[in-house]
Amino acid sequence: MGMGLHDSQVSNPVLRWIDQRLPVITMIQKEYGVFPTPRNFNYFWNFGALAMINLMIMIATGIFLAMNYTPHTAYAFDSVERIMRDVHFGWLIRYVHMNGASMFFVVVYVHIWRGLYYGSYKAPRELLWMLGVVIFLLMMATAFMGYVLPWGQMSFWGATVITNLFSAIPVVGPTIVTYLWGGFSVDNPTLNRFFSLHYLLPFVIVGVVFLHVAALHITGSNNPLGIEPKGPQDTLPFHPYYTIKDSVGIVVYLAVFAALVFFAPNYLGHADNYIPANPLVTPAHIVPEWYFLPFYAILRAVPDKLGGVVLMGGAIIVLFFLPWLDTSKVRSMRFRPITRIIFLLWTVNFFVLTWVGGKPAEQPYVLISQICTMFYFVYFLVVLPMMGRFEVVMKLPESISRAVLGAKASLGGGPIPGTAAAKPMEKA
Amino acid sequence: MRLLKAFALSAALFASAPALAAGGAPPPPNANFSFNSLFGTIDRASAQRGFQVYKEVCSACHAMRQLSYRNLMDLGLTEAQVREIAATFTVTDGPNDEGQMFERPGRVPDRFRRPFPNEQAARSANNGAYPPDLSVMTKARNDGANYLHALLTGYADPPAGMTMMDGMNYNRWFPGFQIAMPNVLNEDQIEYADGTKATVDQMARDVTTFLAWAAEPEMETRRAMGVKVLIFLTILGGLTYAVKRKVWADVKH
Repeated sequence: MGMGLHDSQVSNPVLRWIDQRLPVITMIQKEYGVFPTPRNFNYFWNFGALAMINLMIMIATGIFLAMNYTPHTAYAFDSVERIMRDVHFGWLIRYVHMNGASMFFVVVYVHIWRGLYYGSYKAPRELLWMLGVVIFLLMMATAFMGYVLPWGQMSFWGATVITNLFSAIPVVGPTIVTYLWGGFSVDNPTLNRFFSLHYLLPFVIVGVVFLHVAALHITGSNNPLGIEPKGPQDTLPFHPYYTIKDSVGIVVYLAVFAALVFFAPNYLGHADNYIPANPLVTPAHIVPEWYFLPFYAILRAVPDKLGGVVLMGGAIIVLFFLPWLDTSKVRSMRFRPITRIIFLLWTVNFFVLTWVGGKPAEQPYVLISQICTMFYFVYFLVVLPMMGRFEVVMKLPESISRAVLGAKASLGGGPIPGTAAAKPMEKA
Repeated sequence: MRLLKAFALSAALFASAPALAAGGAPPPPNANFSFNSLFGTIDRASAQRGFQVYKEVCSACHAMRQLSYRNLMDLGLTEAQVREIAATFTVTDGPNDEGQMFERPGRVPDRFRRPFPNEQAARSANNGAYPPDLSVMTKARNDGANYLHALLTGYADPPAGMTMMDGMNYNRWFPGFQIAMPNVLNEDQIEYADGTKATVDQMARDVTTFLAWAAEPEMETRRAMGVKVLIFLTILGGLTYAVKRKVWADVKH
């Protein structure tokens, strides 16, 4: 190695010159080329890459929307209609952005679910998991503020309801609300600051995603068995094995996305948001976007405003403590016969919360939301801490390769299981 | 199998969405509009007749401020026809070099003329009610096209024992059943240029088709592009999956 220069393996002289001074090519090769990745991923491991793609799609479409959007109460609604009618492919850009928010939450919910099922939050991946929860929180804030921008009825009244929640905080609550509004009601200053923050936060998300990925590349990925790779026989180089497997997922994801954008672009939205905002007329039902419904149900489960806000916030905050609430040493639910059943019930419970969140706040929906809210928290605060102590878990396989290839192949003597790892694409 | 599970999960997420679509009125009957099917298109002749209904009936009270006369060319009218239509309206323009507002005949790029200069004027002329802008009406109501068709054909005498508020009209499909808008469609009140008989149902159908086009002028382009995109992605998906199989062929996993 020369004085201060990176010892680059790149053969192209120009790239090598760059790589010696700024080893980005070495880094990409290390982190995405040969990066040792467990050989037993299933398709649930696509969703991190999908979330990354989705974030890029949102930022790209969002930049073009911002070029044509006017953040003023008198013009916002009409400027969105101008985008739909007069901007070249404006309808496409807007529908992609609009449905992209829904796709993003679908993808991220599956990604989180996978983490919960396979215990990806456990040591040594606690910080990786917590950064993920931060991303989720930022996404929720960004999506909420984005939904306000078209300045339709649901934009206005959703903003009014959600910002008002902060007034439940003792002492400082009303002041916080005044700062959020930039005045004494949701009005033009609110729209202006929401637009500014809606443009800013995605780049904060990019930053936290970078940390999330950086942390992932320290610990390495979890896998469906939840046991650490013990050597090269347990892993495959990320490229080409997982670049191609992710590609399959990306195409399927794009197809679902396209079906939504081209054939049912308003299916997940509310008709009310095509009525311009009117502070004097309250819609019959103020309902948030579908991806907030589970948390909206938790909010409304408690008759007390502050109690509801605390529970709703707690529903996400509890995720930060998950690595320590779950006391079991076993990561994957595959080997936790009882917890697995309870977790699958918890999953159903989450869907019920989503459903009940879209219903009016009356019986029997209130009672259902109360039961479901209870179960949501009991799982984290009681089931997981207890199960670690009492559950009889199944025997973990010795290694990933042994579980995948069977006992015979991974015993010494036979063909070396690690051959695949040592042999990238040269045959193709 | 696992892939299927992932799909099932996302499908369930989507399926939970219609829960939000609940409204206060009875769901409107299906009027079988051509554009309401997945690959459906706008019936141009019907939409042109619908424009005539809007122009001769609705536009007395309802604005469509997102539309310009030039947009009518998308409905199959020639530029000359549109110029002629626009010229029948008088629009206020200005200020001119002397600082005065002045009136002139409408031109092709002008927005549709609004019946009232502002909301107050509209309310004062309509017994306190504000006739909503119709530019995106089929998107602004649940099951918009079917709802509008039902509403326009849903006027009747109030059932015995129902007390109507002053100036309100009974309508079977309006939430609350009392609507400020009177019944405006009557048999043969319009003479269609193409000789179609102007029944109430026909006029309601035509004007709804026109409004559906006005709300989503991109609908046909969007669906046509969607077919191409999905065909492309299907082929790309097949190829990608084949490559994936080949790459993974000698790896047990």
